[in-house]
Amino acid sequence: MAKQLTKDPFNIIITGVGGQGNVMASRVLANMLVGKGYQITIGETFGASQRGGSVMSHIRVSEKSSWSPQIPRGQADIVVALEPIDAIRVLITYGNPHCLVLTNTRAIYPVGVIAGELNYPGQDEIRKTLTDISAKAWFLDATEEALRLGNPILGNIIMIGATVGTDVLPVTRDDFKEVIARSMPKDKLEMNLIAFDRGVEKIKCQ
Amino acid sequence: MSILADRNEGAQVLLMGNEAIARGALEAGMGVAAGYPGTPSSEIIEGLSKVASELNLYVEWSVNEKVALEVAAAASFARLRSLCVMKQNGVNVASDFLLHLAGSGIRGGMVLVTCDDPGALSSVNEGESRHFAKMVEIPLLEPGDFQEAKDMTKWAFELSEELKTLVMLRSVTRTSHASGNVKLGKLPDAAKRAEFRYDGFILDLDTGIMISPPVTYKHGLQQARIARAREIFEDSPFNTYEGPEKPELLIVTSSACNLYSKEAISLLGLKDRVGLLKMGTTWPLPPKLLAKHLAATDKVLIVEEVIQFLEDNVKIIAAEKASAVGVKTFYGKNDGTIPAVGEMNPDIVIGALAKIMGVTYEAMPKDYEQKTQPLTFSMAPNRELTFCPGCPHRASFWNLHVALEKDGRKGFVCGDIGCYSMGLLPCGYNTMKTLHSMGSGTGIASGFGKLGQFGLDQPVLAICGDSTFFHAVMPALVNAVHHNANITLVVLDNSGTAMTGFQPHPGLTVSAMGESVPALDIAQICKAMGAKVEIKDPFALEETQATLNRLMEDTQGVKVLILRQLCGLSPEKKAKKRYEVSVDQAVCIGEGCGCNRLCTRVFRCPGLVWDEEAGKARIDEVICAGCGVCSFVCPSGAIRKQEVA
Ligand code: SF4
Ligand code: SF4
Repeated sequence: MAKQLTKDPFNIIITGVGGQGNVMASRVLANMLVGKGYQITIGETFGASQRGGSVMSHIRVSEKSSWSPQIPRGQADIVVALEPIDAIRVLITYGNPHCLVLTNTRAIYPVGVIAGELNYPGQDEIRKTLTDISAKAWFLDATEEALRLGNPILGNIIMIGATVGTDVLPVTRDDFKEVIARSMPKDKLEMNLIAFDRGVEKIKCQ
Repeated sequence: MSILADRNEGAQVLLMGNEAIARGALEAGMGVAAGYPGTPSSEIIEGLSKVASELNLYVEWSVNEKVALEVAAAASFARLRSLCVMKQNGVNVASDFLLHLAGSGIRGGMVLVTCDDPGALSSVNEGESRHFAKMVEIPLLEPGDFQEAKDMTKWAFELSEELKTLVMLRSVTRTSHASGNVKLGKLPDAAKRAEFRYDGFILDLDTGIMISPPVTYKHGLQQARIARAREIFEDSPFNTYEGPEKPELLIVTSSACNLYSKEAISLLGLKDRVGLLKMGTTWPLPPKLLAKHLAATDKVLIVEEVIQFLEDNVKIIAAEKASAVGVKTFYGKNDGTIPAVGEMNPDIVIGALAKIMGVTYEAMPKDYEQKTQPLTFSMAPNRELTFCPGCPHRASFWNLHVALEKDGRKGFVCGDIGCYSMGLLPCGYNTMKTLHSMGSGTGIASGFGKLGQFGLDQPVLAICGDSTFFHAVMPALVNAVHHNANITLVVLDNSGTAMTGFQPHPGLTVSAMGESVPALDIAQICKAMGAKVEIKDPFALEETQATLNRLMEDTQGVKVLILRQLCGLSPEKKAKKRYEVSVDQAVCIGEGCGCNRLCTRVFRCPGLVWDEEAGKARIDEVICAGCGVCSFVCPSGAIRKQEVA
């Protein structure tokens, strides 16, 4: 765990495709930080949230105050992507050479790609690009791991675990447990903790 | 337990702007809330409905915004505090009653919350609700962050009671749907009691009858209230100033633009040169406060979204006080420093500020920018919006598309507002050819349906959802039946207001508060109006298509086809797949003649993907919702479905 923020405001972007549970992931992570006494601002677009569009949550973490719910261009500190090309999409606008990126490797094809009108880049190309345009890039097969655990939506929780596993943020497993225990029925708690731990492991073993 | 009912006074919690507004209303002791769903406003009524029984509230999703305002007004007349919630264009719907309510005045504190959507992130208009406050002469408040969203809502009720007028509180998407820390206040325990008094002196506002006449007398009262609001606003803590005593440039702003401006000043390092005047009370503006700040600077930049409301009103004060404050140079929407359309963000303010102040700013290093910008085309293919996997609308539009092609007379569909508005995109096979306001598809169709006299021989169809049907289609349908317009109305009945997250409507048996209520039957209503009515399941493709073709052939009056199938996101459906679906790649002919990838290229459900290597279609089992519709679309029978036990 980091002792404190390396920058104020510290800017996190969680991105993915509508229906992947972006909003839930950002709320959980933000609540963990609120529990630690930080001032949080989250900016979200809901419109496309269920309908296959790219979605983003901007999380601003500060010791002092609220910030704009939209992060300015080039100001992201860490990008957590539930889908790999959306990691690239976000870095194009919000990235910089110091930005960290964490991405789920499972592709969700845009309809334009399914229809044969657009091209989806190959996995190697994606890895090379993300490594090239970030300070550090981590790749995880979170959806496959979630499927092994029995539910693809757990991919989110694995990604949160991985984010905490990078030791960039001043939050711990206990903070996660506290937030999740408040917002989820008891019988789901155990599975979420397992998913969280898988995420942490995946980072530690890279 | 809902955070809205949390009695932990003083606790720091993370609240969405809409939750903060709802909490503010609860801390004010509000008793009745009504609204009509519309992004970005829906979470307010939704949140309140969940705590209704616990806190003894009455909360409803009304049939439309005008009725919502009337329902809330009744509570106020009976001395309860009441809240009414809608999105920007909802105010247009409510505006006739709004005008008269401003005239009659209110009793219990009453607040109208409108959530505007600058940039139309989830709208088909970039409407502006602030001018309504000026037009009907009621006070207007705009929260600049999350804590304010709560505190200001609470104060709005007090202000409303003090002035005996409705107060409007305007939020925007980036406040309503953003979240931030909020310190909770106290929830009152006082019991609420309703009584409507009407036997006092006719002009007595507390005991007489509630009416807008005598008009000029009441109008005079209303103007006196606005004059009083102007005085109160001079000392409002919601108007704040940060910056040097004599700034080189003064930014005047409100709403979410407050946070963008703050960010821009900070990133450009201009704290000692630029002042930020954030106005929370934006109509009427307090002239003395404005004059004081205008006098301290020569240059003024107004940062706001949608129309130049703040800018014009500040300029009026600057003109009136010109002899005292001197001549100013104004920057804003009028001179093009701030874009006239679209939503604002920190980068736009940074650009404007850098230009005026003559400073340079680089968002990212040049070489990084050069490296990343070309990737937009090569590495980040765009995600166009589409219906969810398993969505009944995809099937409905497929049916319409096939039936219209078969009919061959260039028939068209007049569209309406809901998820199904996407019927104008490729995911709806570009079927819809007009799209305007709630209910206008049927109204426009009613007009097209009378153009046969001038030689229009194309089949005319209209489409609407179940919630929209009740909201505004009914009067249009009456018009079409009465005038014998030759149209087919297709009602997409997915049993909920799916677009905004499943709010109940009059066609359902449960209310917002979870009580059982009588449901109104759309088919019976249409029949009673005199239309010919049929009901089909859009997932039964052949039958639906044949019905559509038959109805288009029938040239006598109004035909209604109700396509009934639960929304793909409905809790019942999300819980379980109906079919396990797979593509038999041995049978799939892919790009071959007789298909050419009909399922992926044209039908385009995201649950189907193209397996490049095999040259065949494939099901993505994580995304497919198991509706089975694609099995009927495939011309070679390669898509197999098996009922899940
Ligand atoms: S429609 Fe049928 S035959 Fe054509 S590509 Fe799809 S699965 Fe293959
Ligand atoms: S069964 Fe076919 S149409 Fe239905 S969700 Fe799955 S892929 Fe889409």
